[in-house]
Amino acid sequence: MHEGHIMQKLTNYLPWLKPVIKLVKGENPTEQIKIILAKVGTPLLGLVIFLIIWAGAASAIDTSLGKFPGPGEVRTQFLNLLDESKAEKEKEIAFYERQQKRNEAKLAKDPNAKVKIRPYTGNPTFFDQIGTSLVTVLSGFILASLIAIPIGIIIGLSPGLYAAFNPIIQLFKPVSPLAWLPLVTMVVSAVYVTKDPMFSKSYLTSMITVLLCCLWPTMINTAVGVASISKDLINVSKVLRLSWLTNIYKIVIPSSLPMMFTGLRLSLGIAWMVLIAAEMLAQNPGLGKFVWDEFQNGSSNSLGRIMVAVLVIGAIGFLLDRGMLTLQRVLSWDKTADIR
Amino acid sequence: MTHTVPHLELTGVSIDFPTPNGPFRALNKVNLKIEEGEFISLIGHSGCGKSTVLNIVAGLYKATEGGVLLDGKEVDEPGPERAVVFQNHSLLPWLTAYENVELAVKQVFKGQKTKPEMKEWIEHNLNLVHMDHAMDKRPDEISGGMKQRVGIARALAMEPKILLMDEPFGALDALTRAHLQDSLMEITSSLGNTVIMITHDVDEAVLLSDRIVMMTNGPAATIGEILEVNLERPRNRVELSDDSEYNHYRHAVLQFLYEKQRNPDDKTEASKTDKEEMSEEASMASEKLTDNKPEAA
Ligand SMILES: Nc1ncnc2c1ncn2[C@@H]1O[C@H](COP(=O)(O)OP(=O)(O)OP(=O)(O)O)[C@@H](O)[C@H]1O
Ligand SMILES: [Mg+2]
Repeated sequence: MHEGHIMQKLTNYLPWLKPVIKLVKGENPTEQIKIILAKVGTPLLGLVIFLIIWAGAASAIDTSLGKFPGPGEVRTQFLNLLDESKAEKEKEIAFYERQQKRNEAKLAKDPNAKVKIRPYTGNPTFFDQIGTSLVTVLSGFILASLIAIPIGIIIGLSPGLYAAFNPIIQLFKPVSPLAWLPLVTMVVSAVYVTKDPMFSKSYLTSMITVLLCCLWPTMINTAVGVASISKDLINVSKVLRLSWLTNIYKIVIPSSLPMMFTGLRLSLGIAWMVLIAAEMLAQNPGLGKFVWDEFQNGSSNSLGRIMVAVLVIGAIGFLLDRGMLTLQRVLSWDKTADIR
Repeated sequence: MTHTVPHLELTGVSIDFPTPNGPFRALNKVNLKIEEGEFISLIGHSGCGKSTVLNIVAGLYKATEGGVLLDGKEVDEPGPERAVVFQNHSLLPWLTAYENVELAVKQVFKGQKTKPEMKEWIEHNLNLVHMDHAMDKRPDEISGGMKQRVGIARALAMEPKILLMDEPFGALDALTRAHLQDSLMEITSSLGNTVIMITHDVDEAVLLSDRIVMMTNGPAATIGEILEVNLERPRNRVELSDDSEYNHYRHAVLQFLYEKQRNPDDKTEASKTDKEEMSEEASMASEKLTDNKPEAA
């Protein structure tokens, strides 16, 4: 009974799970397989056709670094990257083992000896770069949302403030991240001077650039959502004499949640695109730097490795958007709305 | 009716709405006294200013001239002692029926009722409107009539001094409407609420009201006539439909609406007869006036 309830909830948020669960339960298997095939089959067919065209086109393009990488080449390079990262991890483990042994030996000789633990400073692997990019994009996005949503709510509540803020928003919204980057870099290196930095400067520049670019969609959409709350609901709030704060979290936030999410999804999409560009331009660690380094490297493998990065960037962007969508399904009250 | 001070008193209430063509006087010098426990209907043609009167009593609009006294105190802001049932239910769509009523109860009885008392009170009010079976459904999962019931339960749960209803059953089919009218009669007769209800429906007005307040057409609308309905309670719609007194009241309201106050939209006939009594220039001026009249909300 209870399990059924959980399943019900789960499939509400992740609708594609429904036929899979039914299939596992053995409910009308042929029917479920048909549904899954219809859902998975057509996209799969599209993918196969894409791969064929890609392979064909790739073999026809010659560059100074050899042929343009086809699907096979990309697969090989992906496996290479996996191996390299495994090797790098083994090196790291070996380094720490050696260090520990050395320190133990020192301590055995002289228990009062000072032992140093040095961090390993190998090259970041492809997967380290993915991690760096993800942390940067998420922290920039979350920080931007924490700023943009309250401001959006406040300017949405007051037509006067909205009129005052609107020109500023409209002015900064279309600014490309690449224009912000030099300014942010200079400001960070001027302002962020500590002996013992908690964050690296490159992380801060990338993160702040992302933040500046993804403030606006969230802010605008939140403000519009708040400004368009139905007059009747506002009257209900007035008749009940809800306090300012109660009004915000009982009436204003729930009713503007759908618009807020539209803004958040736009922002996250922009954040991810901005980040890669910023990392390339500023040589800050992350996937963008990986692409740039490979381009500079110019070996026969480079194009294949860049193509791996391109696909990974696309896949992560897609997953980030799906994540937001699922979050929206969980939080939004309007389950009837067709959210895509 | 031994009150020296009436329960609710509107004195010289006028209101001007700002428009691009200067202020638009929607109501002009409305005077009305209402006793405690009275059921008042407001009836009049569309756009004459019924909702405006109700919104002024609710405190959602401010009168330009004159004012409203409730138990001797001036009304100058909205408050739960003047609960409103809105025309289109205006329930919060993300809350269940129970939670919608709960929001009101928590706000009004904060610090007066304990948690279990509140729960009991919410359920009691949903029971009154026969919505106890669908307490945990959200507005988009229930019918229009059910939503309106929840809206009424929410208003009743505030224990208001006066219940304001803006065409509460306007959007419902005839059967559901009759059903809800009966429920409302039952509730108000047992609780003794003071009610002001706007309606377009002559039968509804006669069946439910102690007095029917009939408004003249706008602009600058005011109260045309007040009809006392002295039918015995409890009232039964089937018996009354064959009652000569009931039909006399109906006739009086219909006469007011369709002879004394012709429908303002129905220009052809109305303005023709008016024109005959007016000089050429005056009729031109009057036409300008009607042209400038803003669209009815
Ligand atoms: N906020 C407003 N601003 C300007 N004019 C308004 C406003 N509210 C109402 N009016 C005008 O006041 C007049 C009366 O409107 P009101 O809504 O009170 O009519 P009503 O009798 O309730 O009509 P209905 O029966 O159609 O609901 C209309 O001419 C309308 O255009
Ligand atoms: Mg109205």
